[in-house]
Amino acid sequence: MRAPNKIGRRIRLSQSAKAWILLAPTLFFLLLFTVYPILRSGYLSLHAFELGMREPEFIGFENYTRFAASELFWKVMRNTLLFSLMTVVPAFFIGLGFAMLVNKQRAKGIGFYRTSFFYPVMMPMIAIASIWLFMYMQESGMVDQFMLWMGRKPIAALSNRSTVLPALSVMYVWREAGYLMIFFLSGLQSLDPEIFEAALIDGSSPLRTFRKITLPLLAPTTLFVTITALTDSLKLVDHIVIMTEGAPNNASTLLLYYIYQHGFIFFDQAKASALTMVMLIIMLTISMGQFLNQDKKIYYN
Amino acid sequence: MKRKVFLLLLVVCIIGTSLFAGGKQETARQSDKMELTFFFPVNVGGAVTKFVDKICNDWNELHPEAIVKPVYTGNYDDTIVKIQSAIQGKNPPDLFISLATQRFSMFVQDAVIFLDDFIAADGAEGQAYIDDFLTGFMEDSYVEGNIISIPFQRSTMILFYNKDAFREVGLDPNSPPKTWDELVEYSQKLTKVGPDGNVQRYGVGLALNSGSAQWGFTGFALQNSEHGENLMSEDGKQIYFDTPGNVEALQFWYDLQNKYKVMQPGIVQWTDLPGQFLSGKVAMIYHTTGNLGVVSEDANFEFGTAFLPGNKRQAAPTGGGNFYISKGISPERQKMAWEFIKFATSTERAAQWSIDTGYVATRKSALETPQMKEYYAKLPQARVAFDQIPISKPELTSYDSTRMWRILNDSIQSAITGEKTPAQALRDAQAEADQVMRKYQ
Repeated sequence: MRAPNKIGRRIRLSQSAKAWILLAPTLFFLLLFTVYPILRSGYLSLHAFELGMREPEFIGFENYTRFAASELFWKVMRNTLLFSLMTVVPAFFIGLGFAMLVNKQRAKGIGFYRTSFFYPVMMPMIAIASIWLFMYMQESGMVDQFMLWMGRKPIAALSNRSTVLPALSVMYVWREAGYLMIFFLSGLQSLDPEIFEAALIDGSSPLRTFRKITLPLLAPTTLFVTITALTDSLKLVDHIVIMTEGAPNNASTLLLYYIYQHGFIFFDQAKASALTMVMLIIMLTISMGQFLNQDKKIYYN
Repeated sequence: MKRKVFLLLLVVCIIGTSLFAGGKQETARQSDKMELTFFFPVNVGGAVTKFVDKICNDWNELHPEAIVKPVYTGNYDDTIVKIQSAIQGKNPPDLFISLATQRFSMFVQDAVIFLDDFIAADGAEGQAYIDDFLTGFMEDSYVEGNIISIPFQRSTMILFYNKDAFREVGLDPNSPPKTWDELVEYSQKLTKVGPDGNVQRYGVGLALNSGSAQWGFTGFALQNSEHGENLMSEDGKQIYFDTPGNVEALQFWYDLQNKYKVMQPGIVQWTDLPGQFLSGKVAMIYHTTGNLGVVSEDANFEFGTAFLPGNKRQAAPTGGGNFYISKGISPERQKMAWEFIKFATSTERAAQWSIDTGYVATRKSALETPQMKEYYAKLPQARVAFDQIPISKPELTSYDSTRMWRILNDSIQSAITGEKTPAQALRDAQAEADQVMRKYQ
């Protein structure tokens, strides 16, 4: 009894050693670029560490309570939430719509449509932002020229506090919808065509087929797409830097830009770290919450 | 198989180490030759890097023992980030150009040295060198009474105006507005509304975006102050946003857009203004002298430049970048960096730099050089900037200046967009600024 046990243990040991060795490169980079920065941010967020201070000075949760009491912080959080809602929901439905449209194997020119829906994704955000900046330019930009041609007043989309976020959202949806389309498309193409044939034979209307069969079967894709779209919308900062710098009066300041501002304009690492922790918690909640709640209800085939 | 892999690894290691060793030897051999790293930003249009490279090349030919290696580091903001990262990584550039407004930040970080000892060591010549800089520029080189930086790429804000448009509406093209009242009056005449009710040409343009509004506002605050008080105390520890004069100035900006309707509404962008001016969409703009070259080359109409219109007094803000020397380097390197700065700011070079770039010549003696005389004769519009310096004051500069800029810019935008009244906006800005400044007082 003893000997095989020993051998078994040795095998298990050598197997786990192998596993560790195989994991080591990934783990190393994960620790260096994910775990360590998180711990470091958590540590710094409990300190005061401004320009000119030699060492961080422990102040407990003061950075957090300061932000909680700051009007500007809540304005930024509200902007962030609004921007996420205004981008994720439309991008989700437009992406799904695009995918349904181009989900035909043999239609003529389908490659062209797929490419044209997808190409904004290939462009760097900086380039997109620069182009849209010109389109939104006050009075001389395309949008305002169109309004003038229609005989209306120019909108000056980026200088108006009520239009600046929607204007940024339109741009972002334009880009993100094509990206989400790819996921929906691959989801749609992995579905078994027999199910749809059966539905057709049973006389189910296209709308009913979509609601009762396509959508439920797409649930794993939907979950993935929602999480990706939500986190993507939070992870973006380039367009703010290029197009508005948060103007007018922080009406377009989003959380990540706010972090950037504290970290690299004010050089207040401690406050930037505290905001980073807030961001981290939001990101974790989005992904964890969704996985835990919906995982059980989803049918994976 | 295993052995082969092992052998291969061994070979790679040996080659690697020998290469490394070779590299080390190389640097050791060169170490008696000094190489100074010099970070510099470019913040205006045109091929400015070329002129910086030329200064460095000329120096390097004369001083092969202390080569200066120029590193272009983007605009001012990018450069500040790069300098900060380098300082925190304990590998600072030996010398760099950064905004004059960065001096308090550099000082609290203990990142740069005072230059007084070098100046004293140069004796009478050193004192003459410092005295030759225009006072308006030298003013923002001091921290706690010590000289911390040397003016280099310095600018001021002037009024560019379209003489053809002046003639068109019956204004004298040789008498630009001198007061705020005249500014409104002329702007109203110059504003042209089309038959469809849309404005075809605005009278005046002022940048209101974050990072630019504070500069123009410094000018208006100075013009509206009783005794020439600036937005901050000279020691950079007090901020004066919420004064009656400033509220009036901000109200004036609001009125230009909303009451007189002579300026484009919304957040007018700094970078759009020269283009709008050149295409005749706006008849007068407040802009930097740094764009003089571009305007004089591209204008298809006759243009003039003028002092900024005053109200209670005439005044204008200065801006731009100065030379700093890092602290964390050897005294020999600091000494050579100082020699390089004197070289780059010599009378001849200050004049040439001004001609090449459109920045204002920083030294009085530069005015006497033949090339400067020739330049002013050819482009008299350039002379205005130089003449305006005696009535100019530094832009908003304090401890934590980037944060103060942001606070002021946000409050200006909130007033412009009608979110708050000018009085309320500046009151809120004052409260926020006071809270930040408390730790320095």
